[in-house]
Amino acid sequence: MTEVERHNFDVIVIGAGGAGLRAAIEARERGLSTAVICKSLFGKAHTVMAEGGCAASMGNANPNDSWQVHYRDTMRGGKFLNNWRMAELHAKEAPDRVWELETYGALFDRTEDGRISQRNFGGHTYPRLAHVGDRTGLELIRTMQQKIVSLQQEDKAEFGDYEAKLKVFHECAITELLKDDSGAISGAFGYWRESGRFVLFETGAIVMATGGIGKSFQVTSNSWEYTGDGHALALRTGASLINMEFVQFHPTGMVWPPSVKGILVTEGVRGDGGVLKNSEGERFMFRYVPDVFKGQYAETEEEADRWYTDPDNNRRTPDLLPRDEVARAINTEVKEGRGSPHGGVYLDIASRMPAEEIKRRLPSMYHQFKELADVDITAEPMEVGPTCHYVMGGIEVEPDTGESTVPGLFAAGECSGGMHGSNRLGGNSLSDLLVFGRRAGMGAATYVESLERRPVVLQSDIDGAARSALSPYEPAKSEGSRENPYTLHFELQQTMNELVGIIRTGEEIEQALGRLAEIRARVRNVVVEGHRQFNPGWHLALDLRNMMVVSESVAKAALLRTESRGGHTRDDYPMLDADWRNKLLVCRASGEDSVVPDVTVEPKDQVPMRQDLLELFELSELEKYYTEAELTTHPATEGDRA
Amino acid sequence: MTATDTGVHAPPRARLPVPSLRTDRWWVPPVLTVVGLSIFVIYATFRAFQQDYYWVSEYHYLTPFYSPCMSTGCVEGAAHFGRFLPDNPLIPYAALSLPFLLAFRLTCYYYRKAYYRSFWLSPPACAVPEPHTRYTGETRLPLILQNVHRYFFYAAVLISVINTYDAILAFHSPDGGFGLGLGNIILVANVILLWCYTLSCHSCRHVTGGRLRHFSKHPVRYWLWTKVSVLNTRHMEFAWITIGTLILTDLYVFLVASGAISDPRIIG
Amino acid sequence: MSYKGQFRVWRGDSDGGSLEDFEVEVNEGEVVLDIIHRLQATQAPDLAVRWNCKAGKCGSCSAEVNGRPRLLCMTRMSLFDTDEVITVTPMRAFSIVRDLVTDVSYNYEKAREVQAFTPPKDLAPGEYRMQQVDVQRSQEFRKCIECFLCQDTCHVVRDHEENKLNFSGPRFLMRIAELEMHPLDTADRRDTAQDDHGLGYCNITKCCTEVCPENIKITDNALIPMKERVAGRRYDPVVWLGNKLFKRGK
Repeated sequence: MTEVERHNFDVIVIGAGGAGLRAAIEARERGLSTAVICKSLFGKAHTVMAEGGCAASMGNANPNDSWQVHYRDTMRGGKFLNNWRMAELHAKEAPDRVWELETYGALFDRTEDGRISQRNFGGHTYPRLAHVGDRTGLELIRTMQQKIVSLQQEDKAEFGDYEAKLKVFHECAITELLKDDSGAISGAFGYWRESGRFVLFETGAIVMATGGIGKSFQVTSNSWEYTGDGHALALRTGASLINMEFVQFHPTGMVWPPSVKGILVTEGVRGDGGVLKNSEGERFMFRYVPDVFKGQYAETEEEADRWYTDPDNNRRTPDLLPRDEVARAINTEVKEGRGSPHGGVYLDIASRMPAEEIKRRLPSMYHQFKELADVDITAEPMEVGPTCHYVMGGIEVEPDTGESTVPGLFAAGECSGGMHGSNRLGGNSLSDLLVFGRRAGMGAATYVESLERRPVVLQSDIDGAARSALSPYEPAKSEGSRENPYTLHFELQQTMNELVGIIRTGEEIEQALGRLAEIRARVRNVVVEGHRQFNPGWHLALDLRNMMVVSESVAKAALLRTESRGGHTRDDYPMLDADWRNKLLVCRASGEDSVVPDVTVEPKDQVPMRQDLLELFELSELEKYYTEAELTTHPATEGDRA
Repeated sequence: MTATDTGVHAPPRARLPVPSLRTDRWWVPPVLTVVGLSIFVIYATFRAFQQDYYWVSEYHYLTPFYSPCMSTGCVEGAAHFGRFLPDNPLIPYAALSLPFLLAFRLTCYYYRKAYYRSFWLSPPACAVPEPHTRYTGETRLPLILQNVHRYFFYAAVLISVINTYDAILAFHSPDGGFGLGLGNIILVANVILLWCYTLSCHSCRHVTGGRLRHFSKHPVRYWLWTKVSVLNTRHMEFAWITIGTLILTDLYVFLVASGAISDPRIIG
Repeated sequence: MSYKGQFRVWRGDSDGGSLEDFEVEVNEGEVVLDIIHRLQATQAPDLAVRWNCKAGKCGSCSAEVNGRPRLLCMTRMSLFDTDEVITVTPMRAFSIVRDLVTDVSYNYEKAREVQAFTPPKDLAPGEYRMQQVDVQRSQEFRKCIECFLCQDTCHVVRDHEENKLNFSGPRFLMRIAELEMHPLDTADRRDTAQDDHGLGYCNITKCCTEVCPENIKITDNALIPMKERVAGRRYDPVVWLGNKLFKRGK
């Protein structure tokens, strides 16, 4: 029988990024005892890396903005594959969530009249992103971290203990979700990174908020934590994942020097006036406006430049097309030989505004290039190229509550799927975290309150989880089969980057699946050295299993979707296919191996968009995405018939 | 028990044989500070008690070390505000201003850093252990008195006004009219830099606007605060520059008054 | 350009440890964290180090390089000569966990003791109005990535373990300053800054400012203004007299 440290909470939240913290605040405010569990130190979550801002149609910068406009932009950005209900909730609730942050102490940049300033971003019709310079994510994390402290101070005053109702377990990793015999969530099993000791959380509900999967790719803006733990744990527990083929490559990551390759260059650079140029000095984006966006973007440099100061009478610059379009354009320019010396293109802000202005508006970008690349962005252009940034796919959830197909398992933020469709707009992730973090917290609270009895953790599950977590310490079966986790991780990243990256073909994906199968076999032979106390080799060995499952989900879904849409580009099927628009690819675990299970993918139809939402769009726009049969209910169609 | 048992060698911390692993010459800045401040203190003490060569009656040059000159021993022309302090070798002629100036610099946030680091080695340099077993900082007497810096700032402003007055009176020619010589340029430069040091003081920054919660409701004070803040970033530089200009100005007056050199005249 | 770099890395735990020598490949444009990662992948798979973003934004990889508190991810190898021996140790103001990882719980405990933002009761969400000039001072402090290098370098606790009880360190004194300058905060933390958080221990020797990777002017813009505010409340006889005579102050 395994000895474990035991804790009991009404709700546990796995992940302490924006979504996790917002969920925890909500559950605690509903009066439930809540734990937040995170792999890193509290306050270090990947949300701090979000730079540009948080999209919410507050209308401070342009009063024409409204939730309907935001909703339309989000659906367009996701190429109408989004879960429309999530997009609706998101657009409607984002302003309230941002305003709420101010009551927690957030200090956004201000407009002249003292309201929250909003900035332009790719795909957003109006300036919509609440921001603090270019460190908005940090502001969100710190604000919610401090709100948690504030709630703990209330608890200290009431119960004499800061941690009476809300406790943070940091540097604690979860390796297994546990269910009772009815199939409902009963707990989570994990280990302390510091000591390697096991810990068990008995709980009624789990909110998964573990973020993304970027560490499965070689060039990525994501941190080491982004190993798809939430995706994999949910899948292994019986939940389904959707949209896993859609991986967003941010168009502007650093490309030089090699050690910083992939680190993000915020879209705010373009929002504030930066432009993309190729090695010939041409602003090439004007050549890459796709048909579905024709007429919505400026066609000359003069018009684009006027737009920054007079957005009502000019169309926006194509530098601010949605991310998938820009990333593909850069990829093509480099492939055709018009790239920069280190295989990117130029992002120029130096020639477009005074040095002081750049330092004021983009302080951390200035800092980042100065410190890491020895480039002064106020004097010379940056070299940038696409980097793996975000996964649109994730745990399939109920839009209103965030509940997955497993009772008691909820999800929010990047590890949930549907909200962003095939491509996420910049700025929509921070608002997503807040809106759905809160909703998942509420959903979990309501679920726990409705439970008649608390599900029970089975001792056999604990023993199994402990065995599985310790297996990398077992000596190799034979000397030759001994695998190093770092080497396997590198090979996995290379495979995903090269074969299931920004541009895909059926043949390459098949090849990738072959290599993944081979790596999967070797993952079982990973052996780690040393003891359990803060052992990064062991940590990676465990994370590797999750990356394995997630990578297979991405590759398998990518192979099935024979079209190009948003974050999924097939060279062999380069066009948008209206027949695919309504289809979700659903991944489920199968097979015998419960640690690195097989993944099966099946198509499934979405629920058609509610009539009043459908009517927010012009028929002519919908016709670019929808099949004719799907549009018979649009009033304009009926008008035609009449 | 050694001094560092409660510090970097305290049992729960990573065990390392050496107190500091810094490889640079971290001891250079504190040594320079000790040398610089010592020179100033020795020179200033000598001059404050010398009670001679502080006034050039031809051109009305008065060294700042003797301003305001208030002892009955003062030369008549040099005393602009009366003579009433007893003439005693232990009482400097400017005994009413010098203690305040000394206290202003002694409690100055920059000088505090400088002498805590260099004289008291607390700490000698960043991440280099200090040699004391206990440390209470400015929480108790006498160092809690550093908190009254603001009052010495007010006094320093008054004295700067007097120094300015002295510098204006010094535009004097032996025939009684307007005069201008190298000494005037030195006196004026010194006064300007003294103002820069005085106004760049952290207490000044606080009283002009720093204490406000809402700048937007006090536009004039906010404007003042921004100007003081700009100066404040150079407070350390002004602290050292004025040490230099004070010595230089005094030495110049000393040399001219003693007849060692003559003042090059431009007018009169 | 690539060369063999000489490294000495502290390895051990609370029972003891020592500096171990390594020879590692160094490539152009790399930072110290890249070298630590290469060590993990090739020579020391269980070498413990904290890191997250590797872009100077999260403040996880705090350690000491050649005796100076630094972020490993922001310390470029080009700073050093190719034949220089580079020593990497954990932060020395905190208890050791293992290798380069220290126990930073002191900071989280202190964070919890600073009275949280206290908004006006009558203001609903969405009604907050603040001017840019009023928020910018606090915004500078909110750039803080909580790497705790300022806490590590501050001699008040680095050299005197016993002061941890009474002194919250530059990071959290700055947090107090941030809230005191917040245009809509309604609390007064001047007394607790002095009595509970040990503002008086600070002797403004500016090491916190020197090591801050975000270049926040901690001493000039947060600690000294806080000291002045406390002086105004506690040590200013004129203010005291004025308050007595005119019955201001509560």
